[in-house]
Amino acid sequence: MINQSNKTLNTNITKLVNQPYKYGFSTTIEKDIIEKGLNENVIHLISQKKNEPKFLLDFRLKAYKKWKQMKCPEWAQLKFSEIDYQDIIYYSAPKLKKKLNSLDEVDPELLATFEKLGISLTEQKRLTNVAVDAVFDSVSIATTFKEELAEQGVIFSSMSEAIQDYPELIKKYLGTVVPIGDNYFSALNSAVFTDGSFCYIPKNVVCPLDLSTYFRINDQNSGQFERTLIIADDNSSVSYLEGCTAPQYDNNQLHAAIVELVAFENANIKYSTVQNWYAGNEQGQGGVYNFVTKRGLCAGANSKISWTQVETGSNITWKYPSCLLVGDKAQGEFYSVALTNNYQQADTGSKMIHVGKESRSRIVSKGISAGKSKNSYRGLVNITKKAVGARNYSQCDSLLIGNFSNANTFPFISVQNSTTKVEHEASTSKIGEEQIFYFLQRGISVEKGIELMISGFCREVFTELPLEFAAEADRLLSLKLEGSVG
Amino acid sequence: MTNIPILEIKDLKATVNTNEILKSLNLKVYKGEIHAIMGPNGSGKSTFSKILAGHPAYEILSGEVLFNGTSILDLDPEERSHLGIFLAFQYPIEIPGVSNEDFLRLAYNAKQTFKNEPEVDPIEFLGIINQKLDLVNMSPIFLSRNVNEGFSGGEKKRNEILQMILLDSELSILDETDSGLDIDALKIISQGINTFMKEDKAIILITHYQRLLDYIKPNYVHVMQNGKIIKTGTADLAKELELKGYEWLK
Repeated sequence: MINQSNKTLNTNITKLVNQPYKYGFSTTIEKDIIEKGLNENVIHLISQKKNEPKFLLDFRLKAYKKWKQMKCPEWAQLKFSEIDYQDIIYYSAPKLKKKLNSLDEVDPELLATFEKLGISLTEQKRLTNVAVDAVFDSVSIATTFKEELAEQGVIFSSMSEAIQDYPELIKKYLGTVVPIGDNYFSALNSAVFTDGSFCYIPKNVVCPLDLSTYFRINDQNSGQFERTLIIADDNSSVSYLEGCTAPQYDNNQLHAAIVELVAFENANIKYSTVQNWYAGNEQGQGGVYNFVTKRGLCAGANSKISWTQVETGSNITWKYPSCLLVGDKAQGEFYSVALTNNYQQADTGSKMIHVGKESRSRIVSKGISAGKSKNSYRGLVNITKKAVGARNYSQCDSLLIGNFSNANTFPFISVQNSTTKVEHEASTSKIGEEQIFYFLQRGISVEKGIELMISGFCREVFTELPLEFAAEADRLLSLKLEGSVG
Repeated sequence: MTNIPILEIKDLKATVNTNEILKSLNLKVYKGEIHAIMGPNGSGKSTFSKILAGHPAYEILSGEVLFNGTSILDLDPEERSHLGIFLAFQYPIEIPGVSNEDFLRLAYNAKQTFKNEPEVDPIEFLGIINQKLDLVNMSPIFLSRNVNEGFSGGEKKRNEILQMILLDSELSILDETDSGLDIDALKIISQGINTFMKEDKAIILITHYQRLLDYIKPNYVHVMQNGKIIKTGTADLAKELELKGYEWLK
């Protein structure tokens, strides 16, 4: 039994973690869309609209056939009603009168949208040390600093442009890390993806700027299926950031993306995400279904891929950024903070597949669940026979806020040779009544107390984020956790 | 000049989950006084301390709690703390991920803000806290460790007394601060408390053992049983209890 005053305390905590979503506005703009529904015709249309080479149309059709034979995976700790794939718009693009030559020709409404999101694309105001590719529904709107990057031989462009300009690179790498039939959502994405970012860092180049893509879902009924491909050639390195938001609608939008990374000898890719899709309202209505496949291939010796993610949004998050550690002494890392509230559900984690000798991996996962939310870590560490002397360290910490949230950890470890060292640590803590009371008794407000605990809990992950993003992540979490105490 | 008690409790009745825990409790504490509350397990001593601090799990049925003449029953735990009520926990809470130093500074600054005085920055604060550490014989290493995490029983209790001294509370309720301490730690903590105790303060000691009272001299000893104070005496009463137990009082 909970008495009156206990209820008050719980309400206080609830209020604290329930900050209104700041990015819930939508933009009214003339659109070019393909009617709802999915069939071969739609795929032909997408490919036509994007003027794609034949190999890509074949890729899409093959994926579509695969997808039709597959079933939506049910092993995750997620509950949601069946998705009606015929009720989704697969292509929605702002109408453009002609091909754009410069940013001045971009619809001011779109520039204003990104401005409002804190992403300035115009020359005067854009970030000086980050190149940005802005994706709005199905298409990329603009990419900044392209010329400057090109001087170093770095290619950074939207996927659509890359398909036109570098078809050989796309043909060579697309679908090599995440095969078409890898899973249900990767097959779907491969059939209908519309845009995304492409980066190529040539040999011996340290990318002079952080690269960044900002994804915005705007249309109420469209899905977003973007595809990102990053290739880091021998001895190169790059830091890539990804951000996402969506308007507040009471139906669910589907987001099924694929990210593929390839790191060659001595190359280093750092991939950071701050995911803040609309999460749905307090009753769990609306919000984005986020089904994402992210995988990196450490192909060369001494290569390194590091994933850092801060997942605060989405109604459902299904995401396991992984590393295939094929090169000898390859390194894979995964740092994650996942915050769920209300009725949000997150099933996220990482896979580290060790093939290379003395390959190393590190997983640090921090799950925070508040409200009636469900937060699961799911991970696989697979050390194959060849991976002599491989090492893994995994740490999974869960923090529960209040009495109705839920945290799970599902670590799978498979070791096939005896020369390896695998460590796994897990902990669960709770911001409970007694801790809050302790703070209060010392004169510290609930707000400050929770903030302090959350920031302490996440510190290890936040220090992995690039500077600009660490500030953003801090702001994001405190946005969700700040507020008046009633 | 009228002498208002720092704490006056009148006919206090309280429940938790419909169990009546305090049944008509009366107590008056004046500044400059140390009161010891003793009593068998389950007599309501710890409940009493939490109710004074405003723990939300307890419901007040009737009665009054006046702090310096003003009722505090409608005040949040946070506000009571700002007024100068301090509770040293029987089982100090561990707070993972938060350094003791940050915690102490936040508490100190919350009090500064309440008093309309400027907050101190981390460097100033180090100067303040370092002086207090000596009073409870704590090493500065404790500042960088997480609040109570991995502390031994004695270290946790010393950390409580450190906080009491830092916040300079007017009324301190020490809930079994002596339990789980070895003789040396007991001496250190007692010395800290004695140095802290002044004419303008009051302390309520909740304890099971008379040995604490060898080091800290109470003005009054109360025996609590079944949610009531059933006997009040001087320090000698504690010695008598040590010999006879509680049975003879029934």
